[in-house]
Amino acid sequence: MNHYETVFILTPVLSEAQMKEAVEKFKTVLTDGGATIVNEENWGLRKLAYNIQKKSTGFYTLIEFDGEPTIVKKLETAYRRDERVLRFLTFHLDKFAAEYAVKRRNLRKAKAEAASVAETETPATEENTNA
Amino acid sequence: MAQTQGEIRYLTPLSVDTKKKKYCRFKRSGIKYIDYKDPEFLKKFLNEQGKILPRRITGTSLKFQRRVARAVKRARHLALLPFVTDLMK
Repeated sequence: MNHYETVFILTPVLSEAQMKEAVEKFKTVLTDGGATIVNEENWGLRKLAYNIQKKSTGFYTLIEFDGEPTIVKKLETAYRRDERVLRFLTFHLDKFAAEYAVKRRNLRKAKAEAASVAETETPATEENTNA
Repeated sequence: MAQTQGEIRYLTPLSVDTKKKKYCRFKRSGIKYIDYKDPEFLKKFLNEQGKILPRRITGTSLKFQRRVARAVKRARHLALLPFVTDLMK
């Protein structure tokens, strides 16, 4: 078992539901291949630094997973067959990268929790935190 | 007069090239992994055209220069950084 990380860019022409469906599809490719998904991040619609297939924006999704090396090939063929995917990158996390990934994951989780706490609280306390 | 001749005097003390010692910021701050997902950070290692700066300018050690290069190339592939541009900063 190895740690892997994959990022892919979907075309901006998709609706929110279509985008979710495409992400689900790749997740099932992974889980069917015996990989376990560790983390999933949706970066939303982002501006590209340069045009890809005449598109200047794209939906970014990051998935971290643990699996056998053979799964990578399967995943990448699935990417290539799907024309909604503009770009993808999959690579093996070495020990430093894995360490960093764990740290980043915890940081994001803490941030998300803090954000949800701030939302549930009354606006008066929110002002205090901003000050 | 004869004494001062031959000896150049300056009003302000000459700033003799005090070379600032370069150092590898990754070694100093203990960063082990360089994240390609943070293009703002990677921009410190690029010039205005988006080219990777040489080690002799940034002072990065060889080990980390290779990792910087890899991170920049990954970021470029995912369109987080441009391959070529003008006036990036």
